Amino acid sequence: MGLPLYSQIIQYILSGITIGSVYAIIAIGFNIIYNSTSIINFAQGEFVMLGGLIMILFTVMLKFPLVLGFLLTVLILTLVGIIMERFAISPIKKPTVVTLIIVTIAVSILFKGIAMLIWGKDTHFLPPFSGEKGIAFIGASLNPQYIWIVGITVIVVVLLSIFFKYTIIGKAMTACAVNRTAASLMGINVKRMVLLSFALSAAIGGIAGIIITPITLMAYDNGAILGLKGFGAAVLGGLGNFYGAIFAGLLLGIMESLGAGLIHSGYKDAIALLVLLLVLFIKPSGIFGVTEISEFKKF
Amino acid sequence: MDKKDSLILLFLTVCLVVFPFIVTNTYYISTMVFVGIHGIIAIGLSLLMGYAGQISIGHAAFFGLGAYTSAVLTAKLGFHPWSAFFLGILLSSCIALIIGIPSLKLKGHYLAMATLGFGEITYIVFNELTDITGGPSGIGDIPKISLAGYVMNTDIKYYFFVWAFLLLILALSLNLIHSRIGRALRSIHDSEVAANAMGVNTSKLKIQVFLISAVFGSVAGSLYTHYVTFVSPSSFSLFFSVLLVMMVVIGGMHSVWGALIGAALLTILPEFLRALKDFEIFVYGAVLLLIMIFLPRGLSGGLEYLFNRLIKKL
Amino acid sequence: MVKRKLLILGGVLLLGLALSVNGFAKKAEVKEPYKIGCLFAFTGPASWLGEPERRTAVWIENKVNKAGGINGHPLKLLIEDTKGDPTAAVLAAKKLLKEGVLAIVGPSTSGESMAVVPIMEEAEQILVSCAAAEAIVHDPKTDKERKWIFKTPQKDSHVVQRIYGHMKKSGIIKVAIITDTTGFGAQGREQLKKYAPEFGITIVSDETYGPKDTDLTPQLTKIKGTEAQAIVNWSILPAQTTVMKNRIQLGITIPLYQSHGFGNTKYAAAAGEAAEGVIFPCGRVLVAESLNKKHPQKKLLVEYKKAYESQHKEDVSTFGGHALDALNLVVAALKASGPDKDKMRSFIENKKGFVGTGGIFNFSPTDHTGLGLDSLEMLTVKKGKFDLYKK
Repeated sequence: MGLPLYSQIIQYILSGITIGSVYAIIAIGFNIIYNSTSIINFAQGEFVMLGGLIMILFTVMLKFPLVLGFLLTVLILTLVGIIMERFAISPIKKPTVVTLIIVTIAVSILFKGIAMLIWGKDTHFLPPFSGEKGIAFIGASLNPQYIWIVGITVIVVVLLSIFFKYTIIGKAMTACAVNRTAASLMGINVKRMVLLSFALSAAIGGIAGIIITPITLMAYDNGAILGLKGFGAAVLGGLGNFYGAIFAGLLLGIMESLGAGLIHSGYKDAIALLVLLLVLFIKPSGIFGVTEISEFKKF
Repeated sequence: MDKKDSLILLFLTVCLVVFPFIVTNTYYISTMVFVGIHGIIAIGLSLLMGYAGQISIGHAAFFGLGAYTSAVLTAKLGFHPWSAFFLGILLSSCIALIIGIPSLKLKGHYLAMATLGFGEITYIVFNELTDITGGPSGIGDIPKISLAGYVMNTDIKYYFFVWAFLLLILALSLNLIHSRIGRALRSIHDSEVAANAMGVNTSKLKIQVFLISAVFGSVAGSLYTHYVTFVSPSSFSLFFSVLLVMMVVIGGMHSVWGALIGAALLTILPEFLRALKDFEIFVYGAVLLLIMIFLPRGLSGGLEYLFNRLIKKL
Repeated sequence: MVKRKLLILGGVLLLGLALSVNGFAKKAEVKEPYKIGCLFAFTGPASWLGEPERRTAVWIENKVNKAGGINGHPLKLLIEDTKGDPTAAVLAAKKLLKEGVLAIVGPSTSGESMAVVPIMEEAEQILVSCAAAEAIVHDPKTDKERKWIFKTPQKDSHVVQRIYGHMKKSGIIKVAIITDTTGFGAQGREQLKKYAPEFGITIVSDETYGPKDTDLTPQLTKIKGTEAQAIVNWSILPAQTTVMKNRIQLGITIPLYQSHGFGNTKYAAAAGEAAEGVIFPCGRVLVAESLNKKHPQKKLLVEYKKAYESQHKEDVSTFGGHALDALNLVVAALKASGPDKDKMRSFIENKKGFVGTGGIFNFSPTDHTGLGLDSLEMLTVKKGKFDLYKK
């Protein structure tokens, strides 16, 4: 009896890719806000939590169809992002990076508190979109939800690339990322771009929450750990770099999974973090980061 | 230390000595013990953040290293509490050097991530080294510490013990700030390039401050251990590291007094909010947000502003 | 800008006001009440324990007071949140002692209990913990029971012995264990390793995972690669569902044993078919209705279950039961000996045949847990419901 090693390794990589896609999509959320504001939004994980719980509210409690629930959830999250920017970020005069970090942490505590009052302290469940019978895949087993996660992540990434490259608003946001003052001189409304970036990244966080909840389950206090992993991926890939985020997300996911399988499950997060630290020590601006940018945005 | 600081320090000392004679409720005394413990580590972190301009979201690790060294050595191996106390400082310093030298080359959010990663790794090690640390179940029945024959076994004794440490550390820090090193530090915070050009060895200075803050963290950890007489990893998680950063920023990271104010607020506030039960977390978040919106320079910044306006009016 | 700031301030203040009115709105008691302190982690990572405990405690308080209180004195519970954090638990315990409680029930987790134990021993006040670790009541240094400390949950070692006993009967000698890295999981892991040789069992794989981990396929894949004949999972609630689901997805067919922490139908239901056939030892509250009419626990269990489920629209769990037993024990002590802590202590220490949800308690100076191996039943999941395990 027993599973051959190569099948085991395939299994580890499959789970790694899935969980890595989640980190990647959360990391992209971090990057969108970072690019237009140089803020690291520590409430990003709470968007994911809210996405999952709101989806549960619509589809499990109110029995809406999946697609409608999905659209409504994303819409609400967009609003949440806008509210956060209007009421927590923009009222601050002359913000410093550290002040903004604390503000986003305070907002995340606030979101957590609100979610606890609405959904209670229990962990909630969302049925997988298309059953949960494992699909056999070269000796390993593939959860159908994995395909949804990876598939939707790919779609989100493609749509975002198109948005940033080919639409006026997208280009304007990219301009803000490169140089805010110059963008503002060119007639771009930087404030509106900041608002937009919060809306967009909240929506993306919400999507991440929706697709992972069937696997991860969701409770009011799950946001922090998801946000942490996403932040790790964003930094490892080089802050602000989309493709870096995807690569680093997958890398972290696969390392965790292989670490758990081949070395020791208790140390899996430590292994992933250790690699992250080593990469940073060798290349202080992440794998795809540009040194100049990391020099600019200091405390 | 300048005159103003000396005066405030003197005033604080008097208040602290009088406090337990006015307020005899041991619950309040006990809360103040935790304010002191948190204050010690927050002062160290404020030197790093406010003066050297370097963030650390992993300082719970040094707190934990101090706490665990004291716990393991005294409860399991029968060491004298004071020798464990100093070995904890030694261990924290070594680890601060190992992690500080490569980390402090990083900037901004990259440094934040690196220190955060270090904190998490330490937390995982506390959890996993079950044979030494007792794993998630922790270590209990830790002996009390004694000083000059007095066993620190009551809340009042421990209150004076902890706050004596805090005042010592505060005085040291104030002296440091007003020394040549302090001036050099502020130059790093303003512009590292300029400081470098003026002949300040910035990387060495940053590591020195990191080391000092790690030592303060370890001291606070050992004090925690001998007070609670139980340690488990959950006290040294990322949550605590973030709480420490919040103490420094909410209090105002431009002065060590701010760290003390922040530590007091964030330790006492949850006790005040107890009556709210399930709503506590919500109100807590709201209070933090409001402080940051209205006083972006933190409470000490706000106080200073009020004080200056008051003086102008007079 | 200023306007918006004021708007925010006003909104938050209003909300705060509304909330604090809610928080402080408590009825004034007329007669001199008996105060008992409760430390429950009803927020934070252990709220799955603390919340049912709090609900149960409030239910008991109302029940006792409706029946005329304790010897005419109303019962007043002072419930504090410990947030699953030892530091918060220490402060809360000191607060309660200052408020003049006669005894404390809780805390919910082993870590918090260990932090509160020295305070209670020093203050010479009764603590009836709702956490399982044996070190709470037993001082390993003196090898004696701690004078003022009791606890109501079953011992982890008993749970392990029941699981291994069951395996031995089924001819299983090679097992894989998978535990989470909370205090609960770690205690289980320790006991599982300790008792394995006694039952002739070899642990072929020893995996762990974080309580918030979302994907356990790597660990289970590793187990699949060994010669294990059964898996034991020991963890807190949500993760147990993940273990069951991932196991089915990977096509693992060997039996899965869970710990007594599995005591909540909701998580079995959430796993759907993946939960079918899972075996675990547990207190009897989950199968109250299936018990024999003459069973001494039946009356209490059915009453509690009905009251809890009708009031909270949620299935009863064993965790609230620990608080119920602890509080009932203190109430019984008060009834018998009045508010004299020494008499109360010796009442509890010598109490025999005390019927609780966790079993029949027989305390003694050398046993402050009071429960035997027979307090546990082997249960299994049948069609999404818990049932007694029958061969």
